[in-house]
Amino acid sequence: MTLATLPTRRDEAWRYADMGALARLGVAALDAWQAIDVAAGESLTRYMVIGSDAPEVLRIRVSLGEGARAAFFVTNRGGDYTRVELEVRLAKGAHFEFGGVTIGGGDATREFVTQVVHAEPEATSNQTIRAVHWDTGTGNFLGEIKVARHAQKTDAAQDFKGLLLEAGASANVVPQLQIFADDVKCAHGATVGELDEAARFYMMARGVDPATAQRLLVQAFIGDAFVSLDDEAERATLLDAALSALEGARL
Amino acid sequence: MLTITDLHASVGDKPILKGLSLHVPAGEIHAIMGPNGAGKSTLANVLGGKPGYEVTGGSVAFRGQDLLALDPHERAAAGLFLGFQYPVEIPGVSNVQFLREALNAQRKSRGEEPLSGGEFLKLAKEKAGLLKMDMEMLKRQVNVGFSGGEKKRAEMVQMGILDPAFAVLDETDSGLDIDALRIVGAGINAIMRSPDKGVLLITHYQRLLDVVRPDKVSILAGGRIVETGGPELALRLEAEGYDSVMA
Repeated sequence: MTLATLPTRRDEAWRYADMGALARLGVAALDAWQAIDVAAGESLTRYMVIGSDAPEVLRIRVSLGEGARAAFFVTNRGGDYTRVELEVRLAKGAHFEFGGVTIGGGDATREFVTQVVHAEPEATSNQTIRAVHWDTGTGNFLGEIKVARHAQKTDAAQDFKGLLLEAGASANVVPQLQIFADDVKCAHGATVGELDEAARFYMMARGVDPATAQRLLVQAFIGDAFVSLDDEAERATLLDAALSALEGARL
Repeated sequence: MLTITDLHASVGDKPILKGLSLHVPAGEIHAIMGPNGAGKSTLANVLGGKPGYEVTGGSVAFRGQDLLALDPHERAAAGLFLGFQYPVEIPGVSNVQFLREALNAQRKSRGEEPLSGGEFLKLAKEKAGLLKMDMEMLKRQVNVGFSGGEKKRAEMVQMGILDPAFAVLDETDSGLDIDALRIVGAGINAIMRSPDKGVLLITHYQRLLDVVRPDKVSILAGGRIVETGGPELALRLEAEGYDSVMA
């Protein structure tokens, strides 16, 4: 299907998007879906650092065969509107893992939009998203989980935490669960808060300077998103990309 | 080493310290006792530079510097250690990472070379041993899942690693059983009992002072030091209570 026109904020999946940036990007970019098929029993892991000074929209459709696994780990540190969208379909016993971090200041919006369809029984999915923003920066997570009527023993989890370093920054989270089966586990949680001032003072009282204290606390906060990533070098790359974006953030 | 002169401080709009003066020279362990609400923890927090504590008058000189003009991390680099009454949990950050960052930040600000990972671990192991703490605990997240006593022992391990010139210890004995109290007290002696170091030891109880023998004891009440004496003052308090001393 080709989009004839740009979406509007009335479209649920675009409700927090930066419409001005989308107009600059143009409709054609929205039609560019990547398709990834993971065959039965196979597994795939993708690591991505996304973000530049221009709008970026990355749309990926992932289809997982029986018992297949796919893991996506993304640092989204856009300097302009940056959207990463994942549509995932899980066959029987498949697993989808997603760890995502949005981080940044300025006035840019960065977002993750996921739609995870548990089409068949016994599939599992786990999504951990962390958002760290300052200035008037925004981080969004729109996460939809659909469980088909016969997809019994589905186990789906979604966890979002936002950390706002100053007033003016924002985080929006929209969990949507559509469950038609009756023997499933679907967990979701969402919180938004500020930096732990007690922990920051504790660190400073031991000699850690304010910027390092902030970096350590942010590192601990976003670390959850990459905790299931076994490859230490890749994990370090994703963390470093996020933490280098933090330089220049308000202390 | 530490000279507090006519210190006034408020929390919110409430004045807590009301003209507190105290001098602790190098080589002295000075115990501060006093009833609840006297301002003991406020004194510790003001010395550490905790946000929310406003100094409204007076001065604090520390090793020739205006302590109150320094940020908390600069106070640490200048040689001040604040032992917390309630040590803070920091999920996601290991003790080893935290303390190495802290020590190297202090060394950097003093113009010293940073310690390598290996050198740091050797030092940490030695100090943990002093406090009879398993190195495995230091690899865990800062204070997360530690019992009250373990947190206080970990504070002393931190003090040992950072090796400050002066320690302000805020009720380091609270929450300790008898054995842990002896270990912590012996740790304070080992780390801080020195002619060129000083300690301000805030406590409610004589039992810590049986292990860490103070050179001086002051009573803090109503936001000021109302009496200073030798160790016998603490014994008198233990026997007679604050009313008799302050009457």
